[in-house]
Amino acid sequence: MSLGAHLMEHARFSYHALMANKVRSFLTTLGIFMGVTAIIVIFTAIQSLNNYVEGEFSNLGSATLYLSKYSWVQTGDYWEMRNRPEITLDDYKELKEDVHGYQWISPSLEAMRTLEYRNKSLEDVYTVGCNSQYVYTNNAETEFGRFFTGMEVYRAHPVCVIGQNVWKELFDKGDALGKRIKINGFPHRIIGILEEKGNFFGFNMDNQVIIPYTTFRSISFHRRGITVIFRVADPNQMDDLREEIRGVMRRIRKLSPGEKDNFSINQQDMLTDLYKKITGTSYLVIFIIGAISLVVGGIGIMNIMLVSVTERTKEIGIRKAVGASRRNILMQFLSESVTISSVGGIIGMVVGVLIAHYLLRFIKLDASISVLTVVIGYGFSAMVGILSGMYPAYKAARLNPIDALRYE
Amino acid sequence: MSPNSIIQIRELHKIYILGKTKVHALRGIDLTVGKGEYVAIMGPSGSGKSTLMNIIGCLDVLTSGSYHLNGQDVSRMTDDELAKIRNKEIGFVFQTFNLLPRATALHNVELPLIYNGTSAAKRKELANNALESVGLGDRKNHKPNELSGGQRQRVAIARALVNSPAMILADEPTGNLDSKTGEEIMEIFDRLNEQGNTIVLVTHEDFIARHAQRAIHLRDGKIEKEVTLSDRAEV
Repeated sequence: MSLGAHLMEHARFSYHALMANKVRSFLTTLGIFMGVTAIIVIFTAIQSLNNYVEGEFSNLGSATLYLSKYSWVQTGDYWEMRNRPEITLDDYKELKEDVHGYQWISPSLEAMRTLEYRNKSLEDVYTVGCNSQYVYTNNAETEFGRFFTGMEVYRAHPVCVIGQNVWKELFDKGDALGKRIKINGFPHRIIGILEEKGNFFGFNMDNQVIIPYTTFRSISFHRRGITVIFRVADPNQMDDLREEIRGVMRRIRKLSPGEKDNFSINQQDMLTDLYKKITGTSYLVIFIIGAISLVVGGIGIMNIMLVSVTERTKEIGIRKAVGASRRNILMQFLSESVTISSVGGIIGMVVGVLIAHYLLRFIKLDASISVLTVVIGYGFSAMVGILSGMYPAYKAARLNPIDALRYE
Repeated sequence: MSPNSIIQIRELHKIYILGKTKVHALRGIDLTVGKGEYVAIMGPSGSGKSTLMNIIGCLDVLTSGSYHLNGQDVSRMTDDELAKIRNKEIGFVFQTFNLLPRATALHNVELPLIYNGTSAAKRKELANNALESVGLGDRKNHKPNELSGGQRQRVAIARALVNSPAMILADEPTGNLDSKTGEEIMEIFDRLNEQGNTIVLVTHEDFIARHAQRAIHLRDGKIEKEVTLSDRAEV
């Protein structure tokens, strides 16, 4: 039997059926339309959010380890973490000597400080104290001027590298290199301007100033702990480095074998993993919500298909009398239900993508619409069409031709 | 079995089971219809006429006995095999026309060809020829509700012919038509028979049966009498 002739006949059959009952077909497909729209909107939103978050996480660097008092991902007891000893500059110095697996290392002392230049001032500027390798550990490339040298760090020279926003606010993007600004009242000479960094989860990374950690103590009285940043050349070395740092730190802290670490070694993966865990759950919830709406839509289709089979009992009889097999009839009704659900699915897909697009633009995110979205949208609706058409089509195929012909 | 017989029925019984009661609709029918014959099956309602027609038309299966259609034993066939036989060997003409209401005359006539996988071009050609042979060449794209009763029945006859079946099975083909139109339809059957088509006509009207060469009278599920009408004499 030629497949083409049958497909054409199925298409014609479905078209006539749909056109004969426009309002009914429309109402039937509405359920599928809404289900698919909901799934596409949420799916696209989550995917776009994922892309955004993963892009942000990548700022932390996949080859970088952060040794600090707190874990980025809170597992277990907060008070246990709070009572840990701070990481100190002495720890940093010891780690620098005793750990060998890193390529670059820098301490990181952080505070929010006020900057002044002549009569202008800028409050709450993210102020970092570090060594000269920070340029590599944290990709702190300069657009103008230079980063400070190891010697400047060693001698505690009062120099600084400023971010683009500081440059704009205090100098209006004019001549700044060589000028002196006051950080917390202490003058520092500007030797470099960072490349534009953009936002990190809404935090303006251009609103920062970087100084040698040796001078940081003069602008800050606090005794807060520091973070030590390690970077390897090849991300494959991360696990080895992590174990090495852990070993050295346990020795420094004099932890006996039974005691737990009282420090944390953080890396980007932890956040990515956590994020995936959270969104994995929400994916599941959404999947269930979408599935419920599609099941409801599918029941609607099944109901209408049963009516349709009854209405066209005579037509089925005629087709059987002239030689339609059970399979022919089955396929005809299945293609009708798939057509109904696909129409809903396709419209739902288009509307869903549009809604997602505008919704995400509203919160300033790019909508990432993937092939997967389209496949899921269409796949779901076609599947519902097949599943809900199965029983009515089977019922139609099984009709006895004599009874069907006699039906009025 | 004679090689020239289209229908060969032996000791045919049909028993319906309706709840707890058994209805013995046909009680031992023997019937042979040769190639090119024009046979009328007659009988009052309840005589088993419709049951016999359904079995001859492969719409229903027999309970016991045997039925060979065009040399094939159809008494043990499955649903789908019977569908194929109906498609290939039988052209139905019904009292109520039984056309697809939303399809054009041409598409209605094409329908049997769709189910045996004839190519679209060939289908169109055969369907056109069939419609022209019943005088409806100019009504191809009309839908049944745009056609008169007589025209509808001609479409049905064209549909029955289109697949060149072994026999045409007509069930009260003039029952829903006025006598003049009915006569026109019967003329078509007469002409088709003259062209060599085998025709089995089910009717309860003498003047319709008179078109056939042979009339078989049923009563209470048995053949009561057989009358040869080749001289177009009294039934």
